[in-house]
Amino acid sequence: MTDVRVTLTIDARNISVVPGITVAAAIAMAGNSITRRSVSGTARAPLCGMGICQECRVTINGRPHQLSCQTLCADGMQIVTANEGVA
Amino acid sequence: MKYYDILIVGAGPAGLAAAQAAVSHGAHVGIIDDNPLAGGQIWRGGPDLQTDARAPQLWQALRSADNVEFMPQTRVMYAPQPNHLLVQTPDGAVTLHYKTLILATGARERLLPFPGWTLPGVTGAGGLQALSKGGYPLEGKRVVVAGSGPLLLAAAATLKSKGAQIVAIIEQARMPALLGFGAGLLATPSKIRQLLQLATQLSGVPYLHNSYVHSAHGDGSLQSIQVQRGDARDQETLQCDFLACGYGLLPNVELAQALGCATGKVNAQVAVTVDEWQRTSMPDIYCAGEGTGVGGVDLSLVEGRIAGLAAIGQIAQAQQAFSARARWQKFAARLARAFALREEVRTLAGDDTIVCRCEDVCHGELRIHTSWRNAKLQTRCGMGPCQGRICGGATEVLYGWRPDAVRMPVSPTRIASIIE
Repeated sequence: MTDVRVTLTIDARNISVVPGITVAAAIAMAGNSITRRSVSGTARAPLCGMGICQECRVTINGRPHQLSCQTLCADGMQIVTANEGVA
Repeated sequence: MKYYDILIVGAGPAGLAAAQAAVSHGAHVGIIDDNPLAGGQIWRGGPDLQTDARAPQLWQALRSADNVEFMPQTRVMYAPQPNHLLVQTPDGAVTLHYKTLILATGARERLLPFPGWTLPGVTGAGGLQALSKGGYPLEGKRVVVAGSGPLLLAAAATLKSKGAQIVAIIEQARMPALLGFGAGLLATPSKIRQLLQLATQLSGVPYLHNSYVHSAHGDGSLQSIQVQRGDARDQETLQCDFLACGYGLLPNVELAQALGCATGKVNAQVAVTVDEWQRTSMPDIYCAGEGTGVGGVDLSLVEGRIAGLAAIGQIAQAQQAFSARARWQKFAARLARAFALREEVRTLAGDDTIVCRCEDVCHGELRIHTSWRNAKLQTRCGMGPCQGRICGGATEVLYGWRPDAVRMPVSPTRIASIIE
């Protein structure tokens, strides 16, 4: 086993994770599973886990509406969730 | 533009089996999948890492061939002309030209609305299993696995192996149906072995049959659920961090429909219609696996093999797999009968329960409408980014209507991918 880590930024906080995990997993590891706010403002987190439901959408490297459950973490990734968005 | 003799959409068991069959006879094959790794849902995380020996065998056969190309993280947008698909990759868009297309788009979970199901912490059953395989942290978390079908056992076993504490497995089916299903397994001994393995892995976990989750509760995220057990007068409360709840699977038919392929009912579910060679109603388009009706990995593998062989004209070899397919089709029919939905789970949503999660449309706004189209026009139900994939399965169960048309692009697409 190697001790290689991948470091990414989630809502301006750095987090270091093992390679091969999804962005959705890293967001949950950072302490809060919330990914987006619904059209009426309620908090949502991943639901289907397989790229269908669109609940896990986050902004990755400035590109909005990316599916965090189908994206693997990469070094230097900048993730923005709606965790602290409008309530 | 790239050209393939055989282009396959979906790298799960059906897609990989189709690819291997075609590749072994020299066809130039392309496989696309929207996930970062091959394997589909059941072999999620990569076929080379699975305990089912058929997965690494297929994958090794494909890796050692030089006439196959695998394109992960690639989604179909639409067909600009016959025998062409425009696909989106992480870097942009590309047009793929094919002689024959094999759709192996698999299935998704049937997720039904109940009060509290939009709370963070409530997921699908296979959903949480998939998330955990992607590294989702569940160590020490209290998880209830609920809904219906054998997938609940497989999901619970995976979650337990990831360190979750399985509070209970809650199955809506009643005991006579479960016993009947168990007896039917005598026809498929490999499934009995699988079931015994799961039972060992899950020893000590309460299995509550004839029961269902009535509602989920929590302040900001899930804290507890209310469970209805049989006809009991009072509901039980279970404390948990996650509720993984799914009511079986639904075939992914949207791409096939968008390409003009006919669909019909298979075991009471809408599935892609195919002939004995796995050919759809459209020329040059085949379909294999869960898209033709939910039946599990064994049926998917044999359908994929038949599709791959038939697509390159190896008719005699394809025919040799017909009897195995018939056997697994019978298994699929028994599965559907045993885990048919009970009436109560159709009536859990209250007027203020969200049904369409993309557009936040509640049951009270929907139940007054008479059709999917009418509801869509009046409420925006099904018009969000999932394009009715989740709420369409729910409205079918709740109101008897489902999406009546598929628009291109079949999944959310970057504008740059279309205008480039």
